[in-house]
Amino acid sequence: MSSEAIVIEKLGKRYTIGAPQTRDTTLRETVMSFVTAPWQRFRHLAGDSSAATRFWALQDVSVRVDVGEVIGIVGPNGAGKSTLLKILSRITPPTTGFVDLTGRVSSLLEVGTGFHPELTGRENVFLNGAILGMYRAEIRRKFDAIVAFAELEKFIDTPVKHYSSGMFVRLAFSVAAHLDPEILIVDEVLSVGDLHFRNRCLGRMQDLRGEGRTVLFVSHDLTSVRQLCTRALLLNGGRVVDEGAPGDVTRRYEQQHHAHAAARTGAVDRAHPPRGYHLRRAELRNAGGAVTSRFDAGDMMEIHLWASGRAPENSYGVEFKLLNDDDEVISFGAANPVQKTYYQADDQHFVCRLGPLPLTEGAYAFSFSVGVWNTERWDSWSKAVGFTIERCDLFHTGHGIANVNDGDFVIHQQWLTGN
Amino acid sequence: MTLKAGDVRDDTEKMLVVPVSPARRTLRLEPPRAWQMLDLAELRDYRELLFFFVWRDVKVRYKQTVLGALWAVIQPLATTFFFSLLFGRFGGMSRQVPGPYALYVFVGMMPWTFFSNAVVLAANSLVGSSHLITKVYFPRILIPVAAIASSLVDFAISFFVLAIMMAIYGVAPTWRIVTLPLFVAGTIVAAAGSGVLFAAMIVTYRDVRHALTFVMQLWLFASPVLYTIDIIPPQYRLVYAINPLAGMISGFRTSVLGGPFPLDVVLISTITTVVLATVGIRYFLQVERRFADVI
Repeated sequence: MSSEAIVIEKLGKRYTIGAPQTRDTTLRETVMSFVTAPWQRFRHLAGDSSAATRFWALQDVSVRVDVGEVIGIVGPNGAGKSTLLKILSRITPPTTGFVDLTGRVSSLLEVGTGFHPELTGRENVFLNGAILGMYRAEIRRKFDAIVAFAELEKFIDTPVKHYSSGMFVRLAFSVAAHLDPEILIVDEVLSVGDLHFRNRCLGRMQDLRGEGRTVLFVSHDLTSVRQLCTRALLLNGGRVVDEGAPGDVTRRYEQQHHAHAAARTGAVDRAHPPRGYHLRRAELRNAGGAVTSRFDAGDMMEIHLWASGRAPENSYGVEFKLLNDDDEVISFGAANPVQKTYYQADDQHFVCRLGPLPLTEGAYAFSFSVGVWNTERWDSWSKAVGFTIERCDLFHTGHGIANVNDGDFVIHQQWLTGN
Repeated sequence: MTLKAGDVRDDTEKMLVVPVSPARRTLRLEPPRAWQMLDLAELRDYRELLFFFVWRDVKVRYKQTVLGALWAVIQPLATTFFFSLLFGRFGGMSRQVPGPYALYVFVGMMPWTFFSNAVVLAANSLVGSSHLITKVYFPRILIPVAAIASSLVDFAISFFVLAIMMAIYGVAPTWRIVTLPLFVAGTIVAAAGSGVLFAAMIVTYRDVRHALTFVMQLWLFASPVLYTIDIIPPQYRLVYAINPLAGMISGFRTSVLGGPFPLDVVLISTITTVVLATVGIRYFLQVERRFADVI
């Protein structure tokens, strides 16, 4: 007898994305595109797409999960985690391959799906329970427990539009916590909310693990993956690139991710420069003028950028975006509007002095672009150079502040008593 | 309807013994087949969710309204009043129909109001439920079907108004009233077919939403609501009957008010109703699995 709860075999999912917009240059073209656009849009909506507008969000994923395993799925944004969840939850079908699920499945991509603000708490418990796959009799049986768990006995006949967001989440989570699945597919949504709520979610997941349920858990939070899971998968670019003990996988993921984001040396020559005018080299230097990719919070930094030749015109600027290790833009700077500094066509070496760096411990990267502010962009160089903040102890407590738990940067602050 | 905790009867407790999905049944998720079939067994499994959707729709529809379910009465009465005034009094249409024109129009207005409300509600239901469609699985067809089922409540209420109006006008039903359920059922099937079709189209082509208002206006005038099918020239009569509502509404009216039974029109409309429902459901199933990606 097979004890596999989930079998994923060569799973792939292809999406069609919006075609890149072409800009109209003449009135005639504008008029023409106004007339032909409906037909173009129809073809696009009807699913007729050229290869350029298709991409594989998930490719050749094969995983076997035994009954009782708690699998953590980690990976950077866009790795295919959500797509995998959506396929397993039957929200979207795969393009290739298949999944076999054996046992009663519940999937939780958010709490409170289908809650209606006009209905009372009681009515929403029944509605939400039914949406999550519970039978009426089952909800009736568990109703008191659900309300007690949410600590909302007094407000259960009040329309939920009068609830505070905390009450809403408590009730919604309580319904979800009373599901009784053999296989639970759960998104990291459960790690939203306050600390108390998070701990209850994690506690509930630990219970499920203790009861021998199979859980598939997608998360950014490597700590909870390490705590909860029996096995971890690392997805990247739509493929499973690593698999094994949660501690090992998450550690390798962190290392790779840092390596990926940060060039070790702090000096990068562009690997595949575009033709024409472009940025070709970037360096990060510390206060002493040495090229490095390692900084501490509070340090000064100098960015040096070199362009390939003469710029197309005078009076242009250079711009940077600062990204965290989830590739989210967390800050920005630009020569023109910020400093009223304009470069001339002959300038080929640009320098930006930054700091003191208010960043927390972790990996960061810069993307650069060059052009006329708000008008033209001649070149952009995405994730050109990375660096790490090795130590962040801006408050001199002796304890580091890391971006995994405490956000990406520290704001200057002063604490007083108000009385 | 109120649901109370602890309201557990013996028979419902017994249901708990039946597992929600049979133990160790394996569910295979794979790329959509070219020809999707309606999974009736699955729909049966989800009947309670259908009930909850209908219940929610009905419950929410008249929340925060002063008149509440009275609207279900006011709407057909008001349209009847204005159309009787406009076409009956000024348009001289009242001479062409047997009996009181207002009653005649009201009886036609009943299935029409149901049909048009149900189709418009169903058509917009999927897009209105995008938050559900992208977060949780259930057979998507439940959503437009629930919209149609919830419109039945208003339809049912209008029968009380009909009884009162018939009493006032002193019109008694004939034996033909026994055929009424057939035409009610036919109207429901026609509404389901078009509602499901429009709902699926609107997910991909929002244009249909704009076109729908105007389609429904034309459809009203293409249906024998304000006039009798006898004013249609005989050579066009069968073409006219392609409109599913031609047969359903005139059959409905004959069942209630008596008169000669337009068998030819009813037959053709029945066929087109079945075709419409089949096409609607087929199209829906064909595009259903793309919904979450395009909605």
